[in-house]
Amino acid sequence: MATRAIAIENVKTGEVTEAVYEHPFVVRLCHWVNAVSLFVLAGSGVQIFRAFPSFGAKIPQKDLLNWPKAFALGGWLGGALQWHLTFMWIYIGTGLLYIGYQIFSGNYKQVLFVRRDLPCVWPMVRHYFLFGPKPPAREAYNALQKHAYTSAIGLGALSVLTGLAIWKPVQFSWLAWIMGGFHWARLWHFLIMWAMLAFVFGHLVMVVLHGWNNFVSMFTGWKKDPEYRSE
Amino acid sequence: MYSRTDSRKFKTISRRELLKLTPVIALGAFAIPQLQKPLLKGGLGFSDWTSARLFRSGHLAPTFADSELTPLDKFPINDYDIDDPQVDFDKWTLTVTGAVQKPGEYTLAQIQALPRFTQNTRHVCVEGWDVIGRFGGARLSDFLKMIGADPTARFVTVECADDYYESLDMATAAHPQSLLCYEMYGQSLTREHGAPLRLSVPTKIGYKQAKYLTDLKVSHVLEKAGYWEDQGYSEFYGL
Repeated sequence: MATRAIAIENVKTGEVTEAVYEHPFVVRLCHWVNAVSLFVLAGSGVQIFRAFPSFGAKIPQKDLLNWPKAFALGGWLGGALQWHLTFMWIYIGTGLLYIGYQIFSGNYKQVLFVRRDLPCVWPMVRHYFLFGPKPPAREAYNALQKHAYTSAIGLGALSVLTGLAIWKPVQFSWLAWIMGGFHWARLWHFLIMWAMLAFVFGHLVMVVLHGWNNFVSMFTGWKKDPEYRSE
Repeated sequence: MYSRTDSRKFKTISRRELLKLTPVIALGAFAIPQLQKPLLKGGLGFSDWTSARLFRSGHLAPTFADSELTPLDKFPINDYDIDDPQVDFDKWTLTVTGAVQKPGEYTLAQIQALPRFTQNTRHVCVEGWDVIGRFGGARLSDFLKMIGADPTARFVTVECADDYYESLDMATAAHPQSLLCYEMYGQSLTREHGAPLRLSVPTKIGYKQAKYLTDLKVSHVLEKAGYWEDQGYSEFYGL
């Protein structure tokens, strides 16, 4: 893949470093808007869940967990629904913009996990979890990163579909039916939130481990001293 | 592509790219108390607008077999105030006003004289729980015909013995599954479930399905959307 790269000569020392334009503007924009949306949707989502913290019958009601109000957004059910029903549009909008951009620009190759990545999975697992040697990096993301990002995009799509099924179980009755009806769709929506939050957690850990240059690249697009060669 | 530059120029390039992200700060408007309320109201309003467009008059809510019914004693009794507002059944009438040819008092017998429909449908509460109940009654659309409702009117609003109030858009009121319900599970409505007359509207969320009806009004403008709507819930909330 043709990546834009640049050689930077330090004006004082004359030292030359390389930088690669890793994240196009639309990707960065969607990333940060989506970060806010996810925060709001998860926060208001658990507040909505607090109104009936169960997936069983209403009578008798057996609460699954007592989620603390301090870690919820909206103050009460009605307030949380306002946040949720507002930010879901922003979430859907950025999702569509992102996917559309990735497809039309061809940039999807950067993150999409494909069959070719399969043989690289085990060496990366060995490196991350079993202290194995680091496999050589040839592109921005290794096989496990691609797997994580592809999964996150899939979870994003599923969160919207399960959400539509519980928001509109009559108009989208076929969608609710696929998920086992309104009752089950609500559980899937909840579980997908946790899967997404698990991704976010892992993502944040990796951001910390990968250091400053990597972090900055999500703001400026440019990554200094990439671990891989651009050409 | 491979080019060379110096560290000063690179800083300028980076800064320019960073500044492109400033639109993200616009989301901070949601953190400003004066802006938060109108923004969320707008978001909810947009959701309601979309909901109204997604509603299809000919699309029926799923119906269920008798074996899938939630037992009547496990069907929650939900109200905003009191379970039983002590309706005097002997004196009860439904007061009809607004854009209708035949306003006035209607007895339960008149409503029960309309064709009776029974349906097993899902009742979804805004809190997140759901039950499948068996509801019987007259089609609201038949009643609207009986009272000579103006076909160009846009809303049906109801008032209740417990001072609750609700509204339906005309498309939903005219839906074949929208019932003036006087029976649940083949028996007359109990007081806790809204006797003598309640709404059963399987295309709407639970709080729109008002109980202990006393007044029904057909109107062109929405004066009062509903009790919970006035607290900040969605006005349309179609399922």
